[in-house]
Amino acid sequence: MITRVEVRRERALRKSLAREGSAYAFLSPYALLFIVFIVVPVGMAALLSFTYFDTIQRPRPIGLSNYIMLITQDEVFMKYVLPNTIAFAVITGPGGYILSFLLAWMLAQLPRIPRTILALILYSPSMTSGVTMAAVWQTLFSGDQNGYLNAFLLGMNLIQEPVQWLQSPRYLMPIMVIVTLWSSMGVGFLAMLAGMLEINPELYEAGSIDGISSRWQEILHITIPSMKPQMLFGAVMSIVGSFQAGAIGVTLSGSNPTPQYAGQLIVNHIEDYGFLRYEMGYAAAVSVVLLLMVLFFSRLANRMFHEE
Amino acid sequence: MAQRVRRRSYSLRNSMINPAGYHPSQLKFYVILLPLVLFMLLPIVFIISNAFKPLAELFAYPPRFFVVNPTLKNFVDLFALMSTSDVPVSRYFFNSVAITAVSVCASILVSTTAAYALSKKRFRLKKALFTINTVALMFVPVAVTIPRFLVIVRLGLIDTFAVHILPALAMPVGVFLMKQFADGIPDELIEAAQIDGASDLAIYRRIILPMIRPAIATIAILTFQATWNNAETSALYINHESLKTFAFYLTTLTSTASGANVVAGQGMAAAATLIMFMPNLLMFILLQSQVMSTMSHSGIR
Repeated sequence: MITRVEVRRERALRKSLAREGSAYAFLSPYALLFIVFIVVPVGMAALLSFTYFDTIQRPRPIGLSNYIMLITQDEVFMKYVLPNTIAFAVITGPGGYILSFLLAWMLAQLPRIPRTILALILYSPSMTSGVTMAAVWQTLFSGDQNGYLNAFLLGMNLIQEPVQWLQSPRYLMPIMVIVTLWSSMGVGFLAMLAGMLEINPELYEAGSIDGISSRWQEILHITIPSMKPQMLFGAVMSIVGSFQAGAIGVTLSGSNPTPQYAGQLIVNHIEDYGFLRYEMGYAAAVSVVLLLMVLFFSRLANRMFHEE
Repeated sequence: MAQRVRRRSYSLRNSMINPAGYHPSQLKFYVILLPLVLFMLLPIVFIISNAFKPLAELFAYPPRFFVVNPTLKNFVDLFALMSTSDVPVSRYFFNSVAITAVSVCASILVSTTAAYALSKKRFRLKKALFTINTVALMFVPVAVTIPRFLVIVRLGLIDTFAVHILPALAMPVGVFLMKQFADGIPDELIEAAQIDGASDLAIYRRIILPMIRPAIATIAILTFQATWNNAETSALYINHESLKTFAFYLTTLTSTASGANVVAGQGMAAAATLIMFMPNLLMFILLQSQVMSTMSHSGIR
């Protein structure tokens, strides 16, 4: 009797393996890479954040000390890195997102050929990486009178002597924001444009019959609700992008830490502790904080745009 | 007044989204968009113009935005040069080409198979696994540079070609876009093929792959951008000069710390920047309509 049940069970297992096995086979290459390069590093970061680890000796568990130190004793983090990161992320994240939306909205109302050309130009900066652009920005904002911006302003008699744009704590952050916004019309922008073009035109007609009279009402009541999934995709892309765009300050100014920590973002702080001071446990704690911040803001976006 | 506004917006409505042709109401968008687009274009034009400037123009005072006497000297210099450790620049270039080509092909293979399973196969963990992938869209690779480094050391991938390629293949956005696109393929088509006795592999090759071509083009572009522009891998995981990439070489040209000849370096950096940028642009121009059709399926539901 028991054996019969077992046999039946085994047969069911084999059947489901035959049915589901091929699904797992197709999935396995990606799953393996995903685990090795995403899941394991995230897990390790979480574990290391509770240890002291200098890469030479084995990690020594120290409980919450890293987090406590981060909150109570890391003056640079509290005074510069955190405010900088939040300011930078708030301007380039929602700022870049709203800019992408408005540009996509205007583009969607143009005929196909001019729309394609303009969209291509707006998207093209996001194809460049920090590395590619370093030479360009360094020449444009160069601190001597040969710099293009300096030469232009000197020529207009707006400044009396050249400004050290990229070494100045006052200007570094605004320049980082401009450069990041310049390259923020990426995949999310294309998704929103494509989503907008897919909206059924009858919805707009129905809206105007229902008494929608202004463009803003139309955006709020028709456009955005009809493309919520793309809005959410775009939001996630711009949140990730703005927390990720950390290298920019170091690339522009050519040094980590950036001059007087003016452009120091959380990503640079991780590198500073991890690769310059070899305090890996502490750096891991900062990484965990960064991942939690991204997750938090993405959840927020999810709340706003998720379809029931 | 209110009536006038309403009438005007009504007349616009016919030409609102995706209009067939020119309409005077579009003029205001051009007025806003064109100056902005020109401003966005400036650095790109600058890249192109700078690459062809002779040294005298690169250091002219006052600096001129556009090139006056274009020359190919910067490109010739760049490829004639040996880097500080006796690796010819062409070596970096071919490394980049090879790495990018292999990465793009491998990435297409890995993400199409995964997307096929997640979209069309029936298995217990399907929903959970796709949710995990969607959460991973929020993953910020720079945050885990250190543990990733430890993993790569442990796997023995330091100083190998594979380290340029393998991490780039774990691309949640790619699988996400691909799966959303594959959802558009009717299930009946696959059931019909199954009744005809087609194997999973045959379905994947004969139905899925041809029907998700736009998504494949998109993944190709995304992987291309990620690997072609990647200088970080060379800096972190590669010690042999001969295994480093062109993007990395560009960083050595522009950083003042490397002690390279800064004056001559400027011209070569300008040429190298153009070489880095152009393939991105050409790929996108070629594949843009496919990308747009993928993006209309991109929503997170």
